[in-house]
Amino acid sequence: MNMATEKSNTRLPSIEDTAQQERFKQLKRTSQSFLQNTLSVVGLLMILILVFAATFAPLIAPYPDDAGAGVHFDRASQPPSLEHPMGTDTTGRDIFSRVLFGARLSLMMGVIVLSIAISIGVTLGLIAGYIGGKTNSVIMRITDIFLAIPPTLLAMAVVAATGASLFNVMVAIAFSWWSWYARLTQGEVLSIKEEEFIESSQALGSNWLRTTFKEVLPNVLSPITVKATLDMGFVILVGAGLSFLGLGAQPPTPTWGAMIAQGRNYVTTFWWIAVFPGLAISFAVLGFNFIGDGLRDAFDVEVN
Amino acid sequence: MSYLNYVLRRALQSIPVVFGLSMLIFVISRVIPGDPVRLALGPEASKQQVQALKAEMGLDQPIPVQYMDWLIGVVRGDWGMSLRTNNNVLSDIVARLPATIELVVLTLVFAVLLAIPFGVIAGTNKDGWQDHVSRITALFGVSMPRFWVAIVLQIIFVVTLGLLPLSGRLSDGVEPPPDVTHFYLVDSLLAGQFGTFVDAATHLVLPAFALGLATLAQVMRLIRSDMIDEQRKDYVLAAQAYGLPNNLVEYKYMLRNAFTSSLTVIGLSFGFLLGNAFLVEIVFAWPGMARYGVEAILYQDFNAIIGVVIVVGVGFVSANFIVDLLYGYLDPRVRLGDQ
Amino acid sequence: MAETLLEVRNLHVQFDTYDGVAEVINGVDFKLNRGETAALVGETGCGKSVTVKSIMGLLPGADITAGEILYKGQDLLELSDAERHARRGSEISMIMQDPMTSLNPVLTVGEQMIDVLKWQGERRLSVTDWLRDKVSRESDADYRERAIEMLADVEISAPERVFSSYPVELSGGMRQRVLIAIALLSEPNFLIADEPGTALDVTTEAKVLDLLDELVEDRNTSVLYITHDLGVAREVSEFINVMYAGEIVEQAPTTELFDNPEHPYTRGLLESIPTLSSGIGGGIEGHLPDYTDPPTACRFADRCPYAEPKCSEVVPYPRKTGNDHTVSCHLFDGETAYDRHQALTQENVNIGSPPWQEGSENETEPGVVADGGNNK
Repeated sequence: MNMATEKSNTRLPSIEDTAQQERFKQLKRTSQSFLQNTLSVVGLLMILILVFAATFAPLIAPYPDDAGAGVHFDRASQPPSLEHPMGTDTTGRDIFSRVLFGARLSLMMGVIVLSIAISIGVTLGLIAGYIGGKTNSVIMRITDIFLAIPPTLLAMAVVAATGASLFNVMVAIAFSWWSWYARLTQGEVLSIKEEEFIESSQALGSNWLRTTFKEVLPNVLSPITVKATLDMGFVILVGAGLSFLGLGAQPPTPTWGAMIAQGRNYVTTFWWIAVFPGLAISFAVLGFNFIGDGLRDAFDVEVN
Repeated sequence: MSYLNYVLRRALQSIPVVFGLSMLIFVISRVIPGDPVRLALGPEASKQQVQALKAEMGLDQPIPVQYMDWLIGVVRGDWGMSLRTNNNVLSDIVARLPATIELVVLTLVFAVLLAIPFGVIAGTNKDGWQDHVSRITALFGVSMPRFWVAIVLQIIFVVTLGLLPLSGRLSDGVEPPPDVTHFYLVDSLLAGQFGTFVDAATHLVLPAFALGLATLAQVMRLIRSDMIDEQRKDYVLAAQAYGLPNNLVEYKYMLRNAFTSSLTVIGLSFGFLLGNAFLVEIVFAWPGMARYGVEAILYQDFNAIIGVVIVVGVGFVSANFIVDLLYGYLDPRVRLGDQ
Repeated sequence: MAETLLEVRNLHVQFDTYDGVAEVINGVDFKLNRGETAALVGETGCGKSVTVKSIMGLLPGADITAGEILYKGQDLLELSDAERHARRGSEISMIMQDPMTSLNPVLTVGEQMIDVLKWQGERRLSVTDWLRDKVSRESDADYRERAIEMLADVEISAPERVFSSYPVELSGGMRQRVLIAIALLSEPNFLIADEPGTALDVTTEAKVLDLLDELVEDRNTSVLYITHDLGVAREVSEFINVMYAGEIVEQAPTTELFDNPEHPYTRGLLESIPTLSSGIGGGIEGHLPDYTDPPTACRFADRCPYAEPKCSEVVPYPRKTGNDHTVSCHLFDGETAYDRHQALTQENVNIGSPPWQEGSENETEPGVVADGGNNK
């Protein structure tokens, strides 16, 4: 054991180290309390089922071809049965299979939209926070405007202007969603800036990358995680609304919203066509809401 | 310090907001459609026709002039023609607006009236069974798509049980009451037509429920968490220590403070519902403005779109204004602090 | 001669917390006689407010695992919710601690006072009663009179104006007086004063204390004074209970306590009082124990300069060391160490200075060389 190692062993723990230790402890406590919450665990299971269904849809679906266009008039409009757990629609397609494939679309849409929204939002927030001054005000004004516009309407407007397709829908929704993440990140950067040990702007300038990863991001991580989880649910809801209006992926793509729209005409007779896709939507959103709610409570425990 | 003072001050502050809103809408109306002249004339039109129409529509003027022209037109009631219905946009909207407002107001009233007691009970019994039930119900309410809830309600109550009507504001064969407010519920009462009143009411039940379920859930949760925060307050402990009755403490001492933060959400919900009622209106064939707005967007009928945006925007601003007024009434610190 | 109004016997209160069960109150005994003002003194976190809330019955999250709270001979813990509620405000009232947060900001002072006058003691207000009251306006004038009178009694110079004011318009001292007024509105027999004045500046605090003194004397109300300040306790009370970590460590009439402080904690508190001659006092090193994992015997042992091994093994139950003077400390086994020390000095045995004096060599050994065999 030479002098060098001895010396490093007696170094006092830096503020960053203890902060990291604190964060690990907090993380442990948060996950513990999260898992103790029944609803959170149920939500987690629900989403796992959803992800499983979406990933293995081609393998699980009893009639995978029905996910596209398919005409089997011999089994059209059948009520739910053992062969067709969710019945068949007016062209004879198995609804259960279509719902499974719809899960893929919904999940994919949610993930992509949120990835875009969070990336844009956090980046803009960082820029606004670090550069400050006029850039900050401009970016924040824009953020406020976007925050004020109801996302469904904005998304609708964008899709109406650009044409109805799954891709456009995703871009449209992401377009309205980034603002909250920007606002949050910018706030965090500003509060870090105010902290005393990073007072001089030179220190901030040279270390900004490090500061971002060590200070800003860990702090915004928990509210972003909570919101992102809840947002997955909302994005799916908004997407479903748009598909319902015919603004999403075009038929025969089995988006849940479009399936409900089709089923709407047969409400008095073949109720299952509209009901089951909606159940799927509710299932997915509920799962995300359970998790998000549980996360929010778990993180709140720390604040207490 | 007087309340009137506060109201006037708030009203004055709203004016620049309304102007800002109008400018924003103007910008949108000029930016989004791209080239309105092309849209109107089609791609085959010649350069002269385009120029002529441009001059006629006033689109060759400098922007501020265009803005003023447009603003004056809006105030005067000239909102352009709808490409789809070929009617004056303003008259289109006026015909449909009461339906939407009646629905939205009723929805909000129902949502808030139910949310309050449930929220209070959940909040004062934190972690008790009431709290858990309310939480799960709220989560369900918020997770189900409104338009699907509407359809399910139709299936249950109309198709299966036959209790309530399927669509529209009135049943076939029922005449609307004489126009006073254009709100069927109010007008039918005013005219003493109780049959019509009941008919209109039954037509409102399902749409209001479908539209309001999520709002109910949201507000209920908000009230619940605010009540929980309130319980920690010193003045609540004081009120209890003085021996005041429990329900008095809950509703007068806690709820009044708790409610103020829910108020913001409720105000925002009004604007939100106004703009988002379309999905429910479509399912119930409700002849409202929201549905008109969606059809306008789908049809790219941009005069109509702008018209709807104006109404929704004004609705938002008015709702916020009213919320501010209520705040000032409920919380004296707000109006005193304003000085 | 002295009639016991309130007697707390062997109170044990626990809380379920995230880290386990916190045994906050660990066997508290004290008494309050009619017409007397007694103090409950202790540092923040020692359990004063938990004790007080247990008396009031306003501790929803807690488990009262043992003990009795006898008010006028009746155990409050045995009563139904409704019966306890009936006593709040009318028999037992409380002056809240923080005047800035104890008044509802959205209601005027008058409204809050009238609510107390009208509805105190009822557990649920029925809708019919409330409606009936809304309709009839005459009784309000009566209540208003009484409220304004009380505001004048607490030496508020413009009682009508204060009556119609919102708390945000009043100063801290004014609000504290309002709190006193409300507490006295229904003429309670027993008043709990929870550190009134700590949130105020010293001059205002002194005035408030004087005022309270007068009012209480006039009405012959019994007062339990909660405070962390021994100096204040000396001013206002005839009897002092010193509390530490959920236990009463010493009790004595005020003069006796200041003449003969016995428990090391009490001594520590006294030394901490800044005086003109000795300057700012030292504090007591260390801090309160973790209630989820408290010491099994004496809870003060790890901060005590005189701790012996016995202190961490055997619970120091309260023992009488004089008329009305009780202390929970092993230093006092029958004969006080002080007496022992005095006796030995008189016998001309050189034993050095007593353990409670600074710079003593015998700091951890209260026993004495000549004592042989008494210490472990």
